[in-house]
Amino acid sequence: MAVRPSVRRAAGRSVHAGIIGAFTLFSAFPFYWMLITTFKRTGDLLKRGNNPFIYNEAPTLENLRVLFEDTLYGRWLLNTAFVGVVVVAITLVLALPAGYALARLTGRWGEQLGIGIFLTYLVPPTLLFIPMSRLIAILGLQDSLWSLVLVYPSFTVPFCTWLLMGFFKAIPPDLEEAAMIDGHSRLGAFVKVVIPISVAGILTVIIFSFTLVTQEFVYALTFISTASQYTVSVGVPTFLVRGDVYFWGSLMAGCFIASVPIAILYNFFVDRFIAGFTVGAIK
Amino acid sequence: MSDRTPAAERAGAMAARGHRLAFLIDRPQWLGPLMIGPAVLYIALVVGLPFCLALYYSLTDITAGSRALHFVGLKNFIAVVGTPNFQTALRNTFVFAVGSQVLVIVLATVLALALMKDFRGKWLVRLLILLPWVAPMSLGSIGWLWILDSIYSVINWTLQAAGLITEANWPMYLGKPYLAMMSVIGVHVWRLLPLATVILLAGLTSIPQDIHDAALVDGASFSRHLFQITLPLIRPIALVATLFGLVFAFTDMIVIFVLTRGGPYDTTQVLSTLAFFTGIQAGDLAEGAAIAVFLFPMLLAVAVLFLRVARRTEVI
Repeated sequence: MAVRPSVRRAAGRSVHAGIIGAFTLFSAFPFYWMLITTFKRTGDLLKRGNNPFIYNEAPTLENLRVLFEDTLYGRWLLNTAFVGVVVVAITLVLALPAGYALARLTGRWGEQLGIGIFLTYLVPPTLLFIPMSRLIAILGLQDSLWSLVLVYPSFTVPFCTWLLMGFFKAIPPDLEEAAMIDGHSRLGAFVKVVIPISVAGILTVIIFSFTLVTQEFVYALTFISTASQYTVSVGVPTFLVRGDVYFWGSLMAGCFIASVPIAILYNFFVDRFIAGFTVGAIK
Repeated sequence: MSDRTPAAERAGAMAARGHRLAFLIDRPQWLGPLMIGPAVLYIALVVGLPFCLALYYSLTDITAGSRALHFVGLKNFIAVVGTPNFQTALRNTFVFAVGSQVLVIVLATVLALALMKDFRGKWLVRLLILLPWVAPMSLGSIGWLWILDSIYSVINWTLQAAGLITEANWPMYLGKPYLAMMSVIGVHVWRLLPLATVILLAGLTSIPQDIHDAALVDGASFSRHLFQITLPLIRPIALVATLFGLVFAFTDMIVIFVLTRGGPYDTTQVLSTLAFFTGIQAGDLAEGAAIAVFLFPMLLAVAVLFLRVARRTEVI
């Protein structure tokens, strides 16, 4: 009698392990493959009979040298960082007060406005990039990183405003009221009391805005055509993938370096991000 | 406490100086709009204005080089709808979006249920499963370009080593019409699965434990417990995940741009890539805008549905 439940439990456990294993393999394999390919010699990669899972020839750092010395990859990383930092600053300046106002200062119309702002996050670049390219041309910003700085807040601000609104709502209003009784204005209480205790929320916004910037593709592809002005996400697929000759080693190195470190950082903040997506469905 | 007094003094001095201004700023009905105004203005300029321009351009004959533009009414739409290119792209858009979303929601449910259980190394599994969502999509797609390569595909090498295929019938994942569509759907599923999983996981964790306990006490079978208790309870949040996924899938062009550029023979061409190739690469802004505008009714439907779900379930 005691055998059957234990057998069933063991079977259940192996099915569970199988499911987890299969999904993990599916998700992580491309990144593992990038890493393996990064250190392979081109001759090893392009010999058909070779087992692709092992190093048939000794590993090499040549691909990394080519990537950083012979291509503009380093420049693209710097460009991405520059755009990221400026966009994060603009996002904070706009979204912090807006999120606070939506959380505390506005009534029914504020709620409607909040939903409206959130919905603009759903308006995709695909719908906007054609007129935007014309506007950028009129402003004389083609081929300039400033075009990206101007346009990227269009998707960071709505989402971050929404995220911060939820964050501020969770702070007890008594804190600001106490500060206001002490003689602060509402604005003063916001700056001196609310912002300092919202560091976690602000950090979340910084990480998200930055990752959204590194991921953006359509606008950068549309506005920029000079190789030295690309960001990583566009430079690698358009400039390193040219014609039929692929330098797979360097290409995979470029993909791995630009995606995995920031992904690990992001992982620490993902729960807050999901709270933003599910818009408080979970209490 | 002690540092508040000087701050309060300063605030008091400021209030005395700019008495009327401070008076205004202190009133919620002024401060609210003042704080939210800049964000709304920015969004109006960088989302609202181009959006209206997209609608306007689609009714004109504007091209990338031209200075003047003329109002031509619905001519672009009529011209676009008649082309086989557009009809193929429209059909492909639906196949791509609906196909990937059905797969995503089914797989994400399975994965989320599996992740509900505690096991050793869960944090690492979670990190690895989230990678595709966090990494820049264009770079992840290039990883797949290499995995699905026509000559050096590691999948084919493995299948051949296992004796399942021979060199004569190697699948060309990105070079054959149906296979190419399946490949881009597969890569898109790979990308969106993490988001849907984490959203569903949040929904599953929010179900109170006593509901599960009650089901256990009443002797509900596993399938009954799953299909009549757990899944109905996460339906609203699953809908939220699906709506987000649909928006991403209908408008994404990265996967297809990197993997197939719409080929072979336009069999993976979708509205977003067609709009890019027509509007930006060929310079016909008006026709490109018209193609992109076809996405709008679909997005509107998603937004309305989203709001209705939100109202009904008091999500917002």
